[in-house]
Amino acid sequence: MNVRKILTTLTASLLLTLAAGQAPAAEPIKIGSFLAVTGGASFLGDPELKTLQMYIEEINAKGGVIGRQIELVHYDDGGSPKKSVNFAKRLIQKDKVDVIVGGSTSGSTLAVMPLVDRAQIPFISLAGSVKIISPVQYWTFKMPHTDAMAAAKIYGDMKQRGITKIALISGSGGFGKSGRTQSLQLARQYGIEIVADESYGAKDTDMTAQLTKIRDTDAQAILNFGFGTGPAIVTKNVRQLGIELPLYQSHGVASKKFIELAGDAAEGVRLPAAALLVADQLPDSDPQKPVLLAYKKKFEAKYGPVSTFGGHAYDGLHIALEAIERAGSTDKAKVRDEIEKTRGFIGTGGIYNMSPRDHLGLSLKAFKMLEIKDGNWTIVK
Amino acid sequence: MFDQILQFVLTGVTVGATYALVALGFAIIYNASDVVNFAQGEFVMMGAMSAIAMSAGDGLPIFLSLPLAVLVTIGVGILLQKFAIAPARGASVVTTIIITIGASIFLRGVALLLWGKSIFAMPHFSGEQPIHIGKATLLPQSLWVMGGAAFLVLGVHWFFNHTTHGKAILACSCNRTAAKLVGINVGMMMLIAYGLSAFLGAMAGILVTPITFTSYDAGVMLGLKGFSAAILGGFGNPMGAVAGGILLGLIESLAAGLISSGYKDAIGFIILLLVLFFRPSGLFGKATSERV
Amino acid sequence: MRRLAGLCLLAVIVVLLPILFPDNYYVTVVGVTALLHAILAVSLNLLMGYAGQISLGHAAFFGIGAYTSAILTTRYGWDPWAAIMAGLALTGLVSFLVSRPILRLKGHYLAMATLGLGIIINIILVQGEQLTGGPDGLGGIPTLSLFGWALDTDLGWYWMMGATLLGVVWLALNIIDSRSGRALRALHGSEVAAEMMGINTTAAKTGVFVLAALIASLAGGLFCHQQSFISPDSFNFFFSIELVTMVVLGGMASTYGAVFGALILTFLPELLVVFEDFEVMIFGAILMLMMIFLPQGLFVGLQNLALRWLNRRRSAAFGAVGE
Repeated sequence: MNVRKILTTLTASLLLTLAAGQAPAAEPIKIGSFLAVTGGASFLGDPELKTLQMYIEEINAKGGVIGRQIELVHYDDGGSPKKSVNFAKRLIQKDKVDVIVGGSTSGSTLAVMPLVDRAQIPFISLAGSVKIISPVQYWTFKMPHTDAMAAAKIYGDMKQRGITKIALISGSGGFGKSGRTQSLQLARQYGIEIVADESYGAKDTDMTAQLTKIRDTDAQAILNFGFGTGPAIVTKNVRQLGIELPLYQSHGVASKKFIELAGDAAEGVRLPAAALLVADQLPDSDPQKPVLLAYKKKFEAKYGPVSTFGGHAYDGLHIALEAIERAGSTDKAKVRDEIEKTRGFIGTGGIYNMSPRDHLGLSLKAFKMLEIKDGNWTIVK
Repeated sequence: MFDQILQFVLTGVTVGATYALVALGFAIIYNASDVVNFAQGEFVMMGAMSAIAMSAGDGLPIFLSLPLAVLVTIGVGILLQKFAIAPARGASVVTTIIITIGASIFLRGVALLLWGKSIFAMPHFSGEQPIHIGKATLLPQSLWVMGGAAFLVLGVHWFFNHTTHGKAILACSCNRTAAKLVGINVGMMMLIAYGLSAFLGAMAGILVTPITFTSYDAGVMLGLKGFSAAILGGFGNPMGAVAGGILLGLIESLAAGLISSGYKDAIGFIILLLVLFFRPSGLFGKATSERV
Repeated sequence: MRRLAGLCLLAVIVVLLPILFPDNYYVTVVGVTALLHAILAVSLNLLMGYAGQISLGHAAFFGIGAYTSAILTTRYGWDPWAAIMAGLALTGLVSFLVSRPILRLKGHYLAMATLGLGIIINIILVQGEQLTGGPDGLGGIPTLSLFGWALDTDLGWYWMMGATLLGVVWLALNIIDSRSGRALRALHGSEVAAEMMGINTTAAKTGVFVLAALIASLAGGLFCHQQSFISPDSFNFFFSIELVTMVVLGGMASTYGAVFGALILTFLPELLVVFEDFEVMIFGAILMLMMIFLPQGLFVGLQNLALRWLNRRRSAAFGAVGE
């Protein structure tokens, strides 16, 4: 009896040690993601998810990263911060992912940030609010330009045109409201006076009341922060009321869909956006051009018109993977350090240069001022 | 100032006309079967979305896809009655509310699968050149909405008061058993009532979507506002529902213009609550008596 | 005594789960959410199931409790427990002031009024940015400490929520079996008859309305400290509807039914997540089917099914013996 027991235990342990020795090589790199694939912010999450899936497939076909395949674990939070928190916990505790690239909306991201801090896992957010990286949180990084930068870019262009008084009209969702807050805060710095401050609900179908009030002020331009149907309806209402003032939109409408919805009314509208939309109009010397054209071609071949939001996912994924490559492992602390050391990464949003004090890494230069002419994007010089 | 108010009124009536049609749909179904159909907003969405889907790309010409879309939505309404409401007859008020909520979620899910998450536009029926009335402007489509709604409302009124079928439906809601005793096919009347509501919803969708765009979840807010309008006007009173709809549209527009655009929805509901506090059966609702 | 048996069983389940399945995401994370939902469902059930008053705006009181505690602790440095108390006080006041006019309404009008109330409060939370942080929410909410122990683990919160749920269920059961509870049920049956029997129906309705609001507020206070970040999205009309669904699904006028409904509705979406784009459609279908075929609610419906099956077996056994 005893001898048999000892022999079985020995054989078992031998086999186990052999197996353990084999284990590490095939273990996949797990990228976790929670995105707003359905719901009001689906124009963010949907292209983001498609981009992630598309590129992970391509990279895996080429052999993966550091000899390991990449596995994407993703959940749809529908834009609800309560769900994002639960899904983030699920990613961290149940799926045990190595890096999180996600958080389509600012609300979802802000809700999850304390979590990733406690779990000590690197998190690259795809949302716009400046609060995500200011103050800098050790484990959280961000890809898109901030709403503050959008306001700054717009104000810069307004100054160039000699505009000093503007009317604000913003959506009452997170994006619209934080855009409005940043616009109010930065106005004085650029010598801009805000003479009207209206808002509308995300599902509202008519903004003529607000715009009528604006028409009767001495505003020289209108600035609309929002996304979805709102800005398209605002744009159409502006034309309907015969308001001839310059209309500025935010990067929330940086997609062909906006031009499609707003139709002829979109003519002459200006907005700040990542260069992805005007990739073919860039000079050949622009270092972003090849990256942008490649992404555009690949996405459009499979899914249709490209969107800047999908581009954020491209940037986030590649920065995360390059950091893993440089770190040589998926050790969370090392990967985080490498993400922070990202320098000169040419992405769709711009050229990223991160640092311990800057977890975004983009400058205003990467943001282009666009104007819609003949139903197409053009760059404002 | 007057011009401003004129603009607010014109906009309010346009938006209100949509609410009126949705509210009317609520009232009809409630009158016929004592059910609050929370999927009413989804009828509006389906009408618009199927029309757009059918005429997309190389699809059918618009004058074919519009009536077909309406027929599809009527079909959905009838299916809803037959397979979701009828089997649950005898269930409590709250249970049927949950069933219709489940139906609205289900329809939204189907729309999501069929048509995706995008936002869709519809061409205006007669161009987008605004019409000027003083300093206020009106889109031609608004006239379609208001005119169409008026036509439909009158049609419904005529249907319920001057046709046998309409009166039969009203009879069912008064006393189901008595209706059966006089030979009314109650089941068929229910199907007609739901079909009619779906028809109204689809028409509302087709008329208003050129102005408002649509998406798979466009029905939710509309359903909510339509319900509020129906209650405001006095639940169960079809003409009251219409009045409630127009009134709600006006209140929202005037509140946005004159008080605060951020709080306009809240103001609408506050006024609704105030109305209810002073007239617990809505503006034009019949005071109910409870039999003990 | 029988009712306490149910409570003991619930307590045993709540205590055993994390012991049997330690470190299980479904228990410690989803479980906390489920317990929270259960607390809310039980409170709503008192109002809807027993007193028969439809409320489509219950999330509003949940929100008032959460935001009051969040604002007082983050902006004014209050102690979390004191802040939760303040939330209770505010909710009590608001619900009392609102109850008098609202509870005069009946049926659909009452539903609409509560719906409107919920929306108004949600809009205030969204628009009142200076105080509430607006749609982007309020973060940095400190966690609770109990007798010096800080509650900052999922498991800690599980125990907290579990204990609170057991306390709330005990309270509900006691009320239902008391004079007030019988008054409520009489009221539900027929308000006129109840009045004739000398029951002050107005006081009874107001009492249960305020109590339900207070419990929801307590849940809100706990919630904001557990999440450390709240935003108006969690306190909107859709969540109110979710709560009503939980109560009806589980079975109205059944406290355990409400708990059961909360559990189902919390775990179902987690399970449906695998269906991705089909999730919404399947969820709607399940909801409809459950209510069509088990209109008295799942808890009662399943009990009935079980009883019928048992009876059939028993009579089959007797039948065989009789042969």
